[in-house]
Amino acid sequence: MFGFGILSGLLILPLLGAAFILVLRGDEEAVASNARWGALITTVITFLLSLFAWSQFDAANPAFQLVETHRWLSDSIAFKLGVDGFSMPFVVLTAFLMPFCMLASWHSVHHRVKEYFVAFLVLETTMIAVFASADLILFYLFFEAGLIPMFLIIGIWGHDRRIYASFKFFLYTLLGSVLMLLAVLAMYWDAGTTDIATLLTHKFPVSMQTWLWLAFFSSLAVKMPMWPVHTWLPDAHVEAPTAGSVILAGILLKMGGYGFIRFSLPMFPDASAYFAPLVFALSVIAIVYTSLVALMQENIKKLIAYSSVAHMGFVTMGLFSMTEQGIQGAMYQMVSHGLVSGALFLAVGVVYDRTHTLRIDAYGGLVERMPRYALVFMILTMANVGLPGTSGFVGEFLTLMGTFRANPYVAMIAATGVILSAAYALWLYRRVVFGKLEKPSLKAITDLDTREVVIFVPLVLLIIWYGVQPHGILEAFAASTDNLLRSTEAALAGVKTAAFLSH
Amino acid sequence: MYHAIVFLPLVGFLIAGIFGNKIGARASEVVTTSLLAVACALSWVAFVRVGFYGEDAQVKIASWIVSGSFSVDWAFRIDTLTAVMLIVVTTVSMLVHLYSIGYMHEDPARPRFFAYLSLFTFAMLMLVTADNLLQMFFGWEGVGLASYLLIGFWYEKPSANAAAIKAFVVNRVGDFGFLLGIFLLFVLFGTASFDELFPRVGELADAKFHIFGHDYHALTVAAFLLFMGAMGKSAQFLLHTWLPDAMEGPTPVSALIHAATMVTAGVFMVARMSPVFEYAPAALTFVTVIGGITAFFAATVGLVQNDIKRVIAYSTCSQLGYMFVALGVGAYSAGVFHLFTHAFFKALLFLSAGSVIHAMHHEQDMRHMGGLRRYIPFTAAMMTVGNLALTGFPFTAGYFSKDAIIEAAYASHNPAAGFAFIATVIAALMTSFYSWRLYFLTFEAKPRWGEHAEASHAHGHDAHGHAHGHDDHAQDDHAHDDHGHGHGHDLKPHESPLVMLIPLAVLAVGALFAGGLFKSFFIGENYDAFWRGALFAGPENHILHEMHDVPTWVVWSPFVMMVLGFVLALWFYIINPRIPVSLAQSNPILYRFLLNKWYFDEIYDFLFVRPAKWLGTFLWKKGDGWLIDGFGPDGVSARVVDVTNRVVRLQTGYVYHYAFAMLIGVAAFVTWYLVGGAH
Repeated sequence: MFGFGILSGLLILPLLGAAFILVLRGDEEAVASNARWGALITTVITFLLSLFAWSQFDAANPAFQLVETHRWLSDSIAFKLGVDGFSMPFVVLTAFLMPFCMLASWHSVHHRVKEYFVAFLVLETTMIAVFASADLILFYLFFEAGLIPMFLIIGIWGHDRRIYASFKFFLYTLLGSVLMLLAVLAMYWDAGTTDIATLLTHKFPVSMQTWLWLAFFSSLAVKMPMWPVHTWLPDAHVEAPTAGSVILAGILLKMGGYGFIRFSLPMFPDASAYFAPLVFALSVIAIVYTSLVALMQENIKKLIAYSSVAHMGFVTMGLFSMTEQGIQGAMYQMVSHGLVSGALFLAVGVVYDRTHTLRIDAYGGLVERMPRYALVFMILTMANVGLPGTSGFVGEFLTLMGTFRANPYVAMIAATGVILSAAYALWLYRRVVFGKLEKPSLKAITDLDTREVVIFVPLVLLIIWYGVQPHGILEAFAASTDNLLRSTEAALAGVKTAAFLSH
Repeated sequence: MYHAIVFLPLVGFLIAGIFGNKIGARASEVVTTSLLAVACALSWVAFVRVGFYGEDAQVKIASWIVSGSFSVDWAFRIDTLTAVMLIVVTTVSMLVHLYSIGYMHEDPARPRFFAYLSLFTFAMLMLVTADNLLQMFFGWEGVGLASYLLIGFWYEKPSANAAAIKAFVVNRVGDFGFLLGIFLLFVLFGTASFDELFPRVGELADAKFHIFGHDYHALTVAAFLLFMGAMGKSAQFLLHTWLPDAMEGPTPVSALIHAATMVTAGVFMVARMSPVFEYAPAALTFVTVIGGITAFFAATVGLVQNDIKRVIAYSTCSQLGYMFVALGVGAYSAGVFHLFTHAFFKALLFLSAGSVIHAMHHEQDMRHMGGLRRYIPFTAAMMTVGNLALTGFPFTAGYFSKDAIIEAAYASHNPAAGFAFIATVIAALMTSFYSWRLYFLTFEAKPRWGEHAEASHAHGHDAHGHAHGHDDHAQDDHAHDDHGHGHGHDLKPHESPLVMLIPLAVLAVGALFAGGLFKSFFIGENYDAFWRGALFAGPENHILHEMHDVPTWVVWSPFVMMVLGFVLALWFYIINPRIPVSLAQSNPILYRFLLNKWYFDEIYDFLFVRPAKWLGTFLWKKGDGWLIDGFGPDGVSARVVDVTNRVVRLQTGYVYHYAFAMLIGVAAFVTWYLVGGAH
């Protein structure tokens, strides 16, 4: 395709859409309308192209596929794209969520409409590029670049405390990343290349691994976010516009987990084994701590944000259990959380658009006027709670099972999250949806309109479908997981032999 | 056929749930009920084929989760245990569907109600047909969801919402154990499928599981964890608190979910996992103890409750305790037999209570009833049948199953068996007492209803603060006599429509004859041919033989207790109604203790709910707000602002200040340059 591969196409398409929107001229209304449609069409085409990429992808092959290399900074630092089992699902997920974000922003954005959609399209390019990069420098570049559009989205189209939240978001994530940059440079000096596929086979000295691991951890843990560097997330969510929250929870958080599985686990296996207890500790603290905090929230988005932190605790826990179920469960949990939390934030956006408040006590009894909404919100709540039959269950179950094999104590504490999540999620549902509809501001509230039904139906169906038939996603990274476990086991065994011989 | 049994209710749920408002309430009722009727008929066919012709079946539907060495399917495992559960679930469910057409006829949200009922039935069928632990967990959580939705069906009522959440969360406490049990069994056996697991249990009979610094017997730990799940679902002592509150749901729901089917899922699970439990004697002892305590404890609370549904709810709780005693002493079939008979008579009791409530215009407080036999004789008769079966009147269903449990408890060698025997015998006395108390308060004596019922309705549902309730009512009655002829006709209780009475009659037949008819298959001479290994008994487990050789006084003890309870109730509530009042007054502490359900709600609120809320607020405000943000981003930015402020203070705006600073700077620069250049 014009000398580019599919993956470049995925990167270029949103930029083309953004360029198209930028050159729009004319009266404000027409420009806004064209920008909306332009953005929607662009994201839909991108999604279709990502599906095409998925169809071309061979899940049984753990290596990078759809690889394309263009000359870039130097001979050893190339503009190299490629996907494997760990990145393919995220590429599709990103492309899948974008059209919903566009639809959700249809009426809720009033000023600087053109710039808003441009920012989102640029963001899409950077996000897909993060997952499709097969070169470390390229990954880092896009990992950081994605901050800027998100910073703008929160800072310009956010709510009252948007400046505080956007700076908190930006500084937190940027500070973490600086250390990662140093690690990237160190890896380049040691291995002589930044090609990820080569780095995966490169053996870093054990002492160096520790520092590299910590440097990566400082960045990825913030992104994830892990306790105790999670406090930017609730603020960012509360202030971000609906679509911003969806992308934040659905995709940006996943970059942390993706980074762990792409770099930390395979490239620094010794350090990962060494630090696994630390990660376990932080994960279970995150699960219990943030679940308790979520219980007492007074703001809907904050509550869901805290519950996201708890769910990400399951992900990190599963990843570092270093078992098939743990890693697959973590991957699955990330994809599922992308759908569920994305849909939850969209659902919050629905009532926010109508009432312009996020306070839980401003609601109550919505089911009387909004039965369709109540149904959607109930299914999403149950998926968030991890009810079997929804996609939320599969990930939670597999991560817990994998962790139980690695460390039963951790699994035991983490499993209390099962109880707490039910408590906070159902309590939220009760306060918002059930009860008598008494508040005057809600008397005339309207149920989901056609646009909103179009948004939710596919999401809800997918959440249930992937709860009942999860193969589609699990298969995508089964081979890659095997490969990862085999290589790390070999590396760890090698260290043990070396230690044995040196004695 | 099995596909049809399980998935027809799902179809009904989808039709009523999605198109309910389009096709209307009547169509939703007809569709869901008739689909259930088909499933019920097929279930009986299946029961005959499996139970009497030995045609067990394995049906794989699709694979579910495959992750490395872990692999589970969606599949049915049809053996006798499943077949028994199939007929219990579909029969009661079908009757409750039918009954609800009458009971709910004034409710505008009927399509939603019937959709939920069918959803529940589907989930329950998935549970009982599961061929692996994970699918069982799917059904387990599915019935939990349906229960949550149905308890909170009247969502405007805050109490209903609270009860719904409580039910779900308390069940999740049990699920916590269930999940860990699944994990442990997977670690031990590498599978979650029953077919692969059961034959291999013996291999690992001595396996150890290292945790908390000790090596524990692995199967015992697994059995404990699984039983924790059963305790939640079956409302056993410590995790029972949700069940009485669940009575906030419509009465047909109480009959179906909170009496006949869902709450017995724990019993089913332990019976299904009998191959594991048989190798875990310590766990079985624990099961016996918990069962015995529950049987006793719930019965004591049932003695003093005034809400007609709550009495029956505690009775259910107590009877579930009996079933667990049976399981605990190794008489699995006796436990399942009691599950089977109990489903009929307890559903009958609940639906009769529903008929009373219907007749009384949604009055549930027995202190506002009385003398109803003349107005609703059929319901009274049905309630009598239910009572006879529950208390174990000779040759009714409960007589066979309950007495078998008591005998098994006596005959067992389980360390807790003696305790369980005493607890169940005393509970039998109390069962008889509260059952007949309920009957006398409701149907006999002087009517205590009338327009005063309206006045006292406001506090009628409140169980607290009624230590002097009986006094109040004496006065109320008086007031009623004085000017009680005004609206009496409007409030006159009326017998329920036929659509509600037919299910009662069918269940009454079951309550009378299900015991005698099936005894020989469940626990008698046809045991082996009927069960064919669906229930596992270890080589040393001869309880079913031993329980036939117990002394005569043991055999007679439940009967004596039943008669005694009846006589006491008769004396207290018919012959000399002053006694309960004076008893309550002379033992105020005991009375309040029982009336407030041993203060479990208050204790749990103090131990768990408040600390969780406090901790949540503390971690949020202090942990996130003060500690992390305060010393993290906000602290840093505050320091930055401080520094810049100081810098700002330097900018005084006077030119000579700048000039002076510049001079110093230049001097410093020159000095440095000169010193540096000197080298």
